[in-house]
Amino acid sequence: MGFFDDKQEWLAEVFSQYPPEGRRAALMPLLRRVQQEEGWISPLRQEEIAQLVGTTATEVAGVMSFYTYFQSLPTGKYHLQVCATLSCAIGGADELWDELVQTLGILQGEVTPDGLFSIQKVECLGSCHTAPVVQVGDEPYVECVTKARLHALLQGLREGKRLEEIRLPGKAGHVVHNAGDEVVA
Amino acid sequence: MSAPVFSGPIVSGRDPRFERTLYKHVGVKDSWTLEYYLSHGGYGAAKKALAMTPEQVVEEVKKSGLRGRGGAGFPTGLKWSFMPKPSGKQHYIVCNADESEPGSFKDRYLMEDDPHQLIEGMIIAGYAIHATKGYIYIRGEYRRAYDRLIGAIQEAYAKGYLGQNLFALGFSFDLYVHRGAGAYICGEETALMNSLEGLRANPRLKPPFPAQAGLWGKPTTINNVESLCSVVHILDRGADWFALMGTEKSKGHKLYQVSGPFKRPGVYELPMGTTFRELLYDWAGGPTEPIQAIIPGGSSCPPLPWNDDTLDTPMDYESLVAKGSLLGTGGVIGIPASMSMVDAMWNVTRFYGHESCGKCTPCREGVSGWMVGLFEKIGTGRGRPGDVELLEDLLDQIEGRSFCALADAACWPVRGSLKHFREQYVDLVENARAVERTVPRWR
Ligand SMILES: Cc1cc2nc3c(=O)[nH]c(=O)nc-3n(C[C@H](O)[C@H](O)[C@H](O)COP(=O)(O)O)c2cc1C
Ligand code: SF4
Ligand code: FES
Repeated sequence: MGFFDDKQEWLAEVFSQYPPEGRRAALMPLLRRVQQEEGWISPLRQEEIAQLVGTTATEVAGVMSFYTYFQSLPTGKYHLQVCATLSCAIGGADELWDELVQTLGILQGEVTPDGLFSIQKVECLGSCHTAPVVQVGDEPYVECVTKARLHALLQGLREGKRLEEIRLPGKAGHVVHNAGDEVVA
Repeated sequence: MSAPVFSGPIVSGRDPRFERTLYKHVGVKDSWTLEYYLSHGGYGAAKKALAMTPEQVVEEVKKSGLRGRGGAGFPTGLKWSFMPKPSGKQHYIVCNADESEPGSFKDRYLMEDDPHQLIEGMIIAGYAIHATKGYIYIRGEYRRAYDRLIGAIQEAYAKGYLGQNLFALGFSFDLYVHRGAGAYICGEETALMNSLEGLRANPRLKPPFPAQAGLWGKPTTINNVESLCSVVHILDRGADWFALMGTEKSKGHKLYQVSGPFKRPGVYELPMGTTFRELLYDWAGGPTEPIQAIIPGGSSCPPLPWNDDTLDTPMDYESLVAKGSLLGTGGVIGIPASMSMVDAMWNVTRFYGHESCGKCTPCREGVSGWMVGLFEKIGTGRGRPGDVELLEDLLDQIEGRSFCALADAACWPVRGSLKHFREQYVDLVENARAVERTVPRWR
């Protein structure tokens, strides 16, 4: 069965957002849906998407390779993306990354034997004030990631908890502004 | 000591006449709901605008002096006036919510905590440029902002604030959200349009400019999230209110962002022309460790040394250009003294090298290849005499010769660092020393 066979309504909704001459604009939403549900976008899925938007699989692959989020190899159930850009580097992102590599025993592009984790360095996530920052899959960020928070995160995920159920010690991520509020996200 | 007296233009967040508007509701419980927005005067500015002519709306924005908050600082009203008269063709208004310049995170909370403010700005802009359809291109990683925007758009449709015949004033407007997937270049406006159309996100040749042939070849205007949100308050309170804030050529208020080792890093809404000292000490609480430099407006802006001269510089477009830097997105990054400037610039160069779209040679070979390679060499202690000069030579070869501004953005910070911190490069090269990463930064 094709990935989109039982998603006709959703497909129609996506296509309705773009003008008739702009069918191809649905490419990214379709890629995202597959990435979210399957953890990668296999050549078979690329082919399916190409047919739906009226282009070739080569074109689809060309677009995919442009973006960090789309994976052409399988990822773990929890794909951990670590921001490595300047403010996070100042906040210790390199050491965080090393800890992750050591703890999980994998490098970028690999998956832990239990299929749970994969890791990737990414660029500035737009949360520089709560550095260092980690994003799990497509979920809202895990911010102010201290050592204790990182290990609590991994533990929680191993226990099969949903991200928002996991209690992380310390500061939860915040926006500080003129009013002096520290808002816990 | 008597309290300072404030008169003339408003250039300090401590001026009692200054009032936050853009971030007024950020951090307030349920601020993203329509109910909350309406109870705080929401959609009043759109109603007001739709009762005016589109030309009057453009004039009001022109008069305010608002300049684009996406980084380039182009006058918003002027940009709108480039759009052709209605001719039966579809026009588009596109919101640039790609926010990917390192050090920038202001648009995120506008969308997370006040999505209706952005929707209202889109309606006003759409009306002004005769666009009945709008897209918000949001970076893919902003999941919470996306969820809140979708929720807000559904609420707005249900109440008739989006869709047909808004406020029974005859204007119809549809709004869609399109998610990116992690590519900095998509923030460049023509690359953004290609990305939205499902093509590879390479920038397009200009001309034609988006106002002539943009999204799907139709007249299009692209504005930053903060620009569009500012428009709401300009219409609400009037251009004169806006223009009373700021300096001669930089009007209004701005969202400044602080990251790096400060007590209270975050987003601060302040009048244009506020000094770095006020931002970094009075609002952000001062540094938590010795700082050697700040990057004043996102990673593409040349760093400035941490000293009184820099701290007393007003944060507006002209003052920063006069200092040899740029206001950019207003994202201030503090670089600690314990980190080599070369290391910091290596990180930034690696970023731009990674984000190059590969379309043109100066950027693909020059930035991604040569510059990154040279930093790797110098940074790991394998630098040779002449390498610093080679780096400078490279900057000369790349700057101004690339297809889009990304390659320039890669060169500017490095050039600034060479101007103020050249000795750190020379030290590494002459002593064949690698950058030290011995200071633990992570707890
Ligand atoms: C490489 C590059 C990246 C950019 N990224 C962004 C961005 O993330 N957000 C943004 O609003 N503008 C960005 N811009 C500027 C846009 O091209 C455009 O000028 C801006 O969105 C116009 O909106 P404004 O006039 O309201 O500022 C970028 C420009 C370049 C060259
Ligand atoms: S300067 Fe870089 S990002 Fe811009 S078109 Fe050339 S290769 Fe692409
Ligand atoms: S540098 Fe990591 S979020 Fe900006």
